[in-house]
Amino acid sequence: MQIHSPEFKQRAGDALDNANLQRALGNLRDGFPQKRAAAVARMPEFEQLRNEGRDLKNHILANLDFYLEQFEDNVIKQGGQVHWARDGEEARRAILEICRNAGAKTVTKGKSMVSEEINLNDYLEANGVKPVETDLGEYILQLREDHPSHIIAPAIHLNLDDVSDIFHKKHNRPRSEDPAELMQEAREMLRKQFVAADVGITGANFCVAETGSTIIVTNEGNGDLTQTLPRVHVVITTIEKVVPTLEDMTLFLRLLARSATGQEFTVYNTLSSGPRRPEDQDGPEEFHVVLLDNGRSEMIGSEFQEMLRCIRCSACMNHCPVYGAIGGHAYGWVYPGPMGSVLTPKLIGVDKAGHLPNASTFCGKCESVCPVKIPLPKLMRHWREREFERHLSPKGFRFGLGTWAWFARRPGLYRWVSRSSSWFLKRLGGKQGRIRSLPLGKGWTAWRDMPAPQGSTFMDQWKRHQQTQQQKNKG
Amino acid sequence: MTSSRNQILGNIRRGLQRDLLTGDALDQVRTRLREHPANTVPARSQLPQDQQIALFESMANEAAAELIELKTLEALPGTVAEFCRENGIDQLVSASDPALTALDWSGIDNLEITHRVAQAGDSASLTTSFCGIAETGTLMLLSGPHSPTTLNFLPDTHLVLLKQSQIVGAYEEAWARLRQHSDAMPRTVNMITGPSRSADIEQKLQMGAHGPKRLIILLLRD
Ligand code: SF4
Repeated sequence: MQIHSPEFKQRAGDALDNANLQRALGNLRDGFPQKRAAAVARMPEFEQLRNEGRDLKNHILANLDFYLEQFEDNVIKQGGQVHWARDGEEARRAILEICRNAGAKTVTKGKSMVSEEINLNDYLEANGVKPVETDLGEYILQLREDHPSHIIAPAIHLNLDDVSDIFHKKHNRPRSEDPAELMQEAREMLRKQFVAADVGITGANFCVAETGSTIIVTNEGNGDLTQTLPRVHVVITTIEKVVPTLEDMTLFLRLLARSATGQEFTVYNTLSSGPRRPEDQDGPEEFHVVLLDNGRSEMIGSEFQEMLRCIRCSACMNHCPVYGAIGGHAYGWVYPGPMGSVLTPKLIGVDKAGHLPNASTFCGKCESVCPVKIPLPKLMRHWREREFERHLSPKGFRFGLGTWAWFARRPGLYRWVSRSSSWFLKRLGGKQGRIRSLPLGKGWTAWRDMPAPQGSTFMDQWKRHQQTQQQKNKG
Repeated sequence: MTSSRNQILGNIRRGLQRDLLTGDALDQVRTRLREHPANTVPARSQLPQDQQIALFESMANEAAAELIELKTLEALPGTVAEFCRENGIDQLVSASDPALTALDWSGIDNLEITHRVAQAGDSASLTTSFCGIAETGTLMLLSGPHSPTTLNFLPDTHLVLLKQSQIVGAYEEAWARLRQHSDAMPRTVNMITGPSRSADIEQKLQMGAHGPKRLIILLLRD
């Protein structure tokens, strides 16, 4: 996916103006949070599971080298291969080579955000291998030459109309507006692709060190067809996804389904271990795991290490007022919402994405729903500090903060200025007490009114309060 | 030039400010892998067996799986044939599991039964299962010479035999059974909870995405 994070401000503004997008985002705001809340309410141990999930991830990260080596050993024992990739380029090349060795013309793909992270589709296409997305949402996006705007509901920014239009155009069939019919259409179209593909590429939600297995979690069953029918199965995943045992994986599966879609359990949880056995009648003959780092190993021991606990459930964005208002594309890259605001500057550079952590109201909702208790607001603040230190924050922002500091160091002047500006703003607010357009703050009032200050300044009120207290005490 | 593998592992160790794990720290992680201790197991499924069976049934129903009761294993061919007749299915791909092939299918004349892997266009499949998990009404199926994985995903309708004696409470109990069953993992372990679905169009749930549109559990009262 191309990087558009530097244009965040412009894209966020466009998103707020886009009526179709706003309609689509309504489906998100009305759906996920309620479903999660209901599922959590049915599991009295949920809070305990979250604590255990956090602690277990911390344990894994503290022993990550060991568990990765164990995982590798066990994949090889089962007859599979592991390819270590420091960055996207190495991962892409490893996958292309596997495809070439298999003589692959088309590859089917299960949903994988890591493959978006390394821009795999464009690369394969440019090298003569046709990638076919099979997750319904991803399939719609591929037809539209569009990109996911959410990590588990990739097409959440689209409405039914958009799907009807693109299917009509690309499938040469009468235009349908019935979601069930549209899904049936996609099912029929993709059947042939599943059977024809030479290589199937999936992601992995977890890698189990004990058994050398990878697991995918899906509701559609597309990932299973992707990895069972072709001759070669490639798993593209990242180093922090390893867990010690099946029991440990189980803890995260219990947290994941409930936090993500509010389901008791996702429909298909599928463990893959090595290639088909000699006596098996179906399944892939080759099993490859591409283990991508892409900057993650450098987060170990840094103030961002806690971000590596993330299990990609999407709860933080589903509950984020900023994401809910502007959607995922405004963030300009693969990972949106609070988790993306922390991860993106690390993965593509603070110069390109250092301002994403500013897109937060710091309401703390994300941290309160995160199944592994990542302190997302704290991590966003770390980025803000770094951005400021490196003089990357905008001139206006630095100037404003500087001016405020100058006045704050001169209390008499500070009080006089705040008293007079409060008087001025009150006049500006008029009878309604609301300011429609703020001088020097047009960006703020473009989307909402600013309440005009009421009464006297805080300092004046405080002084009066102190005086009354003193009098009371005397009396 | 060091390999990517060594660089990544080296980076991790540098971040952790240590070299290779040794001594007690190494023993501790090795023990975890060997003993695979359970984390918190939700109380919901820790019940006497009859209540576990009831929990399995209600959770499977909630996930939109359909249950058909079998009084005896011998009743299976007739029950399957009747289900297929009612639903206009005249072709069935069956797993070659001896538990199924040993049954008497001779009286069934409305069904063409084959034993092979699944193909695009198959309307129905019949398989056995490894166990049922009451906690969420989940089936566990293992790939093997007599149970090709494609049967679980390609056909429109998937019929699965489950004996109620195979029902356990929590996932952890299923892992324990799996470890007892064999030393090595099968190529594929499928945990299946209801039929395939998607909410990718406007977040409205539609049943029957790429996997089976219907999941029928033939529950044997053994
Ligand atoms: S940061 Fe937490 S809430 Fe957000 S996707 Fe990751 S695990 Fe889920």
